[in-house]
Amino acid sequence: MTGHRIKQPFLSRRHFGRALVGVGALAASGSLPLSSALGAEPIKIGFGMAQSGPLGGNGKAALLAIEMWRADVNRRGGILGRPIQLVYYDDQTNPALVPGIYSKLFDVDKVDLVLGGYGTAVQAAALPIVMQRKQLLIGTGAVAVNEKYNYDKYFQMLPNGSTARTSTSEGFFQAAVSMQPKPKTVAILGAVTEFSRNVILGARENAEKFGLKIVFDRGYPPNQVEFGSIIRSTQAANPDVVFVASYPPDSAGVIRAAYEQKLQTRMFGGAMIGLQYSELKQQLGPMLNNVLCYEFYVPAPTTDFPGIKEFLHVYQERATQAGADLLGFYLPPYAYAGMQVLEKAVETTKGLDPTALAKYIHANTFDTVVGEVSFAPNGDWAKPRLLYVQYQGIVGNDLEQFKRVGTQVIVEPQEFAYGKLRYPFLASD
Amino acid sequence: MVTFNLLLNAVVTGILLGGFYAAVTVGITIAFGMLDIVNIAHPVFIVMGSFIAYIVNRNFGLDPLLAVILAMPLFFLLGIVIFRFYYAAFEKSGKGSLRGLAFFFGVLFVVEVTLLLAFGVDYRLVQTSYIGPNIGFDHIDLPLRMVIPFAGSITLVTGLHLFFSHTFIGRAIMAVAQDEFALSLMAVDTVAVRQLAFGVAIATAAIAGGFLIVIQPVDPSLGREYIGRVFAICVLGGLGSITGTVIAALILGVIETITSTLFGPSWAPAVSFAALLLTLAIRPSGIMGR
Repeated sequence: MTGHRIKQPFLSRRHFGRALVGVGALAASGSLPLSSALGAEPIKIGFGMAQSGPLGGNGKAALLAIEMWRADVNRRGGILGRPIQLVYYDDQTNPALVPGIYSKLFDVDKVDLVLGGYGTAVQAAALPIVMQRKQLLIGTGAVAVNEKYNYDKYFQMLPNGSTARTSTSEGFFQAAVSMQPKPKTVAILGAVTEFSRNVILGARENAEKFGLKIVFDRGYPPNQVEFGSIIRSTQAANPDVVFVASYPPDSAGVIRAAYEQKLQTRMFGGAMIGLQYSELKQQLGPMLNNVLCYEFYVPAPTTDFPGIKEFLHVYQERATQAGADLLGFYLPPYAYAGMQVLEKAVETTKGLDPTALAKYIHANTFDTVVGEVSFAPNGDWAKPRLLYVQYQGIVGNDLEQFKRVGTQVIVEPQEFAYGKLRYPFLASD
Repeated sequence: MVTFNLLLNAVVTGILLGGFYAAVTVGITIAFGMLDIVNIAHPVFIVMGSFIAYIVNRNFGLDPLLAVILAMPLFFLLGIVIFRFYYAAFEKSGKGSLRGLAFFFGVLFVVEVTLLLAFGVDYRLVQTSYIGPNIGFDHIDLPLRMVIPFAGSITLVTGLHLFFSHTFIGRAIMAVAQDEFALSLMAVDTVAVRQLAFGVAIATAAIAGGFLIVIQPVDPSLGREYIGRVFAICVLGGLGSITGTVIAALILGVIETITSTLFGPSWAPAVSFAALLLTLAIRPSGIMGR
């Protein structure tokens, strides 16, 4: 017969075999969930996350950790038999974009759960929308966002705790008063920004609490270029201790100026954002020696939480390709731990009901890659655990040395301390 | 307590800082002051220069300032390409001013996003032997990290001053800046002269970028922080005057560090801009403006 074609099967046996191998490989790699292959409806988790703008570096690192969690969970068959699908947008570290992003996530993308982006300002912008929808919000990297709202479905994965304003500097002051003889005076300086202002208010309270007299207290604008004159003025006040609350470029500027001016004091450091990043650690190198700064995680026997080494091993392997922070000590473990909390809550409550999830998270303690975590009524960590770390024995600019125990010595809190505080501060050491 | 030493150091540091500001601003002085092109994207080209210094320093260990000197011809060519486009799209049709401003805003974002995609969002620094050490005289401590850019900046502006006052092409540029129409009546190709001048302006961004990354860490969005400052210095100095730019930059640098020492750094921007307003009230054309 002419004009009649024999219909080929949609998938020949040979092609079917190849497709099966391909799907199997994808599923094994975590790129395609096993349950997705079985056709289960995915659990959609949506969020805005800075991939550009001032906090884009942290956002990239956090995103990599969340992606790792997604791949791990999907490899295990998903949660409640459903694969995880992430829906995220770059919030450009711009709070003005956040309401639009979260509205889209709820109304257009129809996500089941949402996470907060990185940083206080963007999470503060997201929370009212999440509250309006009566949804759950787990965020990483924000301070005191829920202070005014007291929203019962908000949780923050940050070790600053529910008294972040004072707890951020508390470890520094505790370390200061452990010196013999006890110091009497302190200089406080910081950027005139929301974060630094809050930290400085807390530092003033702590100075009073620990019996230190403030002899120098100055702020500087966010676009400050030259820090030599600030360090000179600080030196002129001759403080026993110098506390700094700074953003990444300022942290580098202040440390370089202190090094160049050979700042003479007994203890120097503070809440200096940026020193936790691989790039600044590597570039500043020996200038970091004897500086005391907060960290979220550094390798030490006291911080050998179950799963942290494995997590960091995989993270560090992928960080270069993802353009994320190479060490991943700062935010990634906390972003991953936040997802572990969510996973446990969904699995145990066997559903996605925000009220049930929030109730469960409030009532329980979670084993995560950053240790045991439980939450205060306002959603922050019930017990603050900011590590105050002194950089010691840094030689040259090799990044690998920061992976070794002993180059970042935990001096506070005592529960995690591993090593001794060196003083007085020697900028040229 | 503020001592004489503290004040003396503040003045000296302010001079060093001012020298750096002069290098950052001189390109704007040429583009905006002489050519009437509101190149708001100039600071992002400076940041681009910083990133070139960073790559070369990191990968080949070459001094960042040497790297940007080598990159200057490329920046010069880039400036010519941008000018050709700007001229064809806006100036030729008499739509230079406002639409040109929008064009340079666009250039700013394009370059910034390109840097972002290429280098990510991390802060970058360089390693050189002059970051860290100080040189001191009696009671004055001078960080080499500021001294080298200051010396380089003074060399740059002196070279530009000599170029504009002693060379045929430099004088041609000054003549175009003074009266382009009159020159065109004399059959001078003023577009070619302007193109050359714009190339020189962008070339200065390369070297200013080298100074910038020696002084502070750099990220792709850093250029925005400098927009207000460089235009303020350009206006204060008197549009189009290289000498005026240097004087204005030094004044702002010294005001910043003295205010910082006496009253705290938070006051420095307010005092600097108050000084700018006061100067313009007394002398609307700026310090060296005609």
